[in-house]
Amino acid sequence: MRLKSKDVLGLEDLSVEEIELILQTAEPCKQIFTRDIKKLPTLRGKTMVNLFYEPSTRTRTSFELAGKWMSADVTNIATASSSVVKGESLKDTARTLEALGANIIVIRHQMAGAPHVIARCVKASVINAGDGMHEHPTQGLLDLFTIREHKGRIAGLKVVIVGDILHSRVAKSNIWGLTKLGAEVTVCGPPTLIPQGIERMGVEVEYNLDVALRDADVVNILRIQLERQKKGLFPTIREYSRLYGVDAKRLRIAKPDALIMHPGPATLGVEITADVAESARSVIRKQVTNGVAVRMALLYLLSGGGASSEIAG
Amino acid sequence: MRLLVKGGRVIDPEAGLDDVLDILIENGKIICVGRGISPQAQTSGGSEVEVEVEVVDASGKIVTPGLIDMHVHLREPGREDEETIETGTAAAAAGGFTSIACMPNTSPPLDTGASVEAVRARAARAGVVNVFPVGAITKGLAGEELAETGELRDAGVVGLSDDGRSVMNAEVMRRAMEYARMFDLPIIPHCEDTNLTAGGVMNEGYMSTVLGLKGMSRVAEEVMVARDIILAELTGARLHITHVSTAGSVQLIRDAKRRGVRVTADATPHHFTLTDEAVRGYDTNTKMNPPLRTREDVEAIRRGLADGTIDAIASDHAPHTFEEKDVEYDNAPFGIVGLETSLPLALTELVGGGYLSLAELVKRMWSNPARILGLMARKAGIVAGADADLTIIDVEKEFIVDVNEFRSLSRNSPFGGRRLKGQAFATIVGGRVVFRR
Repeated sequence: MRLKSKDVLGLEDLSVEEIELILQTAEPCKQIFTRDIKKLPTLRGKTMVNLFYEPSTRTRTSFELAGKWMSADVTNIATASSSVVKGESLKDTARTLEALGANIIVIRHQMAGAPHVIARCVKASVINAGDGMHEHPTQGLLDLFTIREHKGRIAGLKVVIVGDILHSRVAKSNIWGLTKLGAEVTVCGPPTLIPQGIERMGVEVEYNLDVALRDADVVNILRIQLERQKKGLFPTIREYSRLYGVDAKRLRIAKPDALIMHPGPATLGVEITADVAESARSVIRKQVTNGVAVRMALLYLLSGGGASSEIAG
Repeated sequence: MRLLVKGGRVIDPEAGLDDVLDILIENGKIICVGRGISPQAQTSGGSEVEVEVEVVDASGKIVTPGLIDMHVHLREPGREDEETIETGTAAAAAGGFTSIACMPNTSPPLDTGASVEAVRARAARAGVVNVFPVGAITKGLAGEELAETGELRDAGVVGLSDDGRSVMNAEVMRRAMEYARMFDLPIIPHCEDTNLTAGGVMNEGYMSTVLGLKGMSRVAEEVMVARDIILAELTGARLHITHVSTAGSVQLIRDAKRRGVRVTADATPHHFTLTDEAVRGYDTNTKMNPPLRTREDVEAIRRGLADGTIDAIASDHAPHTFEEKDVEYDNAPFGIVGLETSLPLALTELVGGGYLSLAELVKRMWSNPARILGLMARKAGIVAGADADLTIIDVEKEFIVDVNEFRSLSRNSPFGGRRLKGQAFATIVGGRVVFRR
């Protein structure tokens, strides 16, 4: 089996089978972490470009390592986030990269749909590394991988996503992936940070975190940005933390073995306390490691790979 | 020179006409409507005189009074790369319109008598159809100080609007309505509470959530529709709500009409045809303001048009260049062209869909706009003595929209490739055939 599209723009577009394929392919990719020499010849001769219009450390580095460990030639392009980047130059850039021989373009952009603009005008594979408030599919995939790694399954789990759902592309990709694989998802945050119509994506909405956490198997905590407070979406960081900050005491409501996740970077003491982030239940570091494995799997599949025996060998 | 429009099914709901008739035109006026008209004139003595006659065979077609699009952006002066008076009026003719009202958000804006006269002079020289400018409500469309409405009236404006911008200050709007009342000019507000829509690019709802685009709530329109209805009630001004896009707005207008408020309304073909589902894929030709709404809103607008709550169909023709639109969704300007798809969409969706009869459609696209804009004396329909503005429609013609065939300078339409039924066959302005397919 192979992926249907040349691009990965969102988990909404992927079938259950495709998601399963990516997660299965990521397993042998992860084994490479335990090796002394972290190098596979799979993408030798292929060129991958990381085109980042927004600052990013972990996602960009993760893609870069994934590409390098698969023996691709990797180039990073960082564009000043402050400059308004018009579509023509975005398209120009994409076409230029293709003319330079790029086989895979990884793009992060502050505007939803920017990866779609590029995907339509190049033959290269385009991977969305986060576009505005739309999706962050590789984050969604690595979260699925991490949950399944620890819980053995996704179906039937109760997953709570806490925080700024309105602005979160991570939440969107998680919701699509989790609901497709059969999890029960609850989103929790103040009404001002819950987008209209989110129930239609197949989730429950709960404003009270203490209620949302009941019987939770997984608690995924999103970063809260100070600029949202300045826009009047909640009164103060202090009040936000009081209502939605996850600490050890509050976490007792969830199941004793509930996983603690955070896409990072975490603001310790605001949406999550340091002791919770560093607790035995926290898989925050593992998410980072798994991110490389999942991205390796995706690069492999988009480069025409089918069965994952090539990687395991 | 005479023109004889022969053998068409003539529909003029105001004159109570729906019959196969001939129409004889001379010197830009309709001189005779009837069966089997001989093109040769009768002298006062009763003998026939040889005159040159052009005959338009309208058999199998519908002949209506010349259609009026009361909401068009011609972009001249200022953005002649997007549209000019010449190309915009050519697009209007191809779309079956004999008259259009153009909005004042040009550069410079139509907020002085001189700028209005310049547009009218240009339209008289280069225009293919009649152009009736709408003047600004406020100077520079800034929403602060009233424009010189008396001078605008004398220069020939048919209404007042800051379209594209909302008059956010209720005090300014109240004074504008009071002041406009003495000239009996309609106030045509763009109803949008811009605090509620700041940064928004599409309808707020499930689709904006899925696509990750910032939403514009329906209530941003509805609070302003409600405010302006209340102000119209207070001032007695004539209020015309343009591009109504939500079910809530339709209900507010329906209730106000029942109370006897002097309010009228129009809706666009895209708002009675498309929903925000069309934004999937981030095609910037689905980006306009007000934005595409939901199925429920589309249905409410259709019902509003059917029951007369919404008086008129207007395109909000808003040309933009390919380069301007070929960008990320957030960066693209609002607006789509509509002159050349308006009538086909109305015929397909509203007449074909059973919401309007042809006679009712003609009211929505001719007599209601004519009355609202004060044009009924001149554009009086298919009666002797009226301006000879006629639209001949082939209601059976099925075609696929090809944006490259547009007469407009711009091609920013979401309807390219769409199969439609019914379109203008010929357009006659002042007794001259200005368009023939």
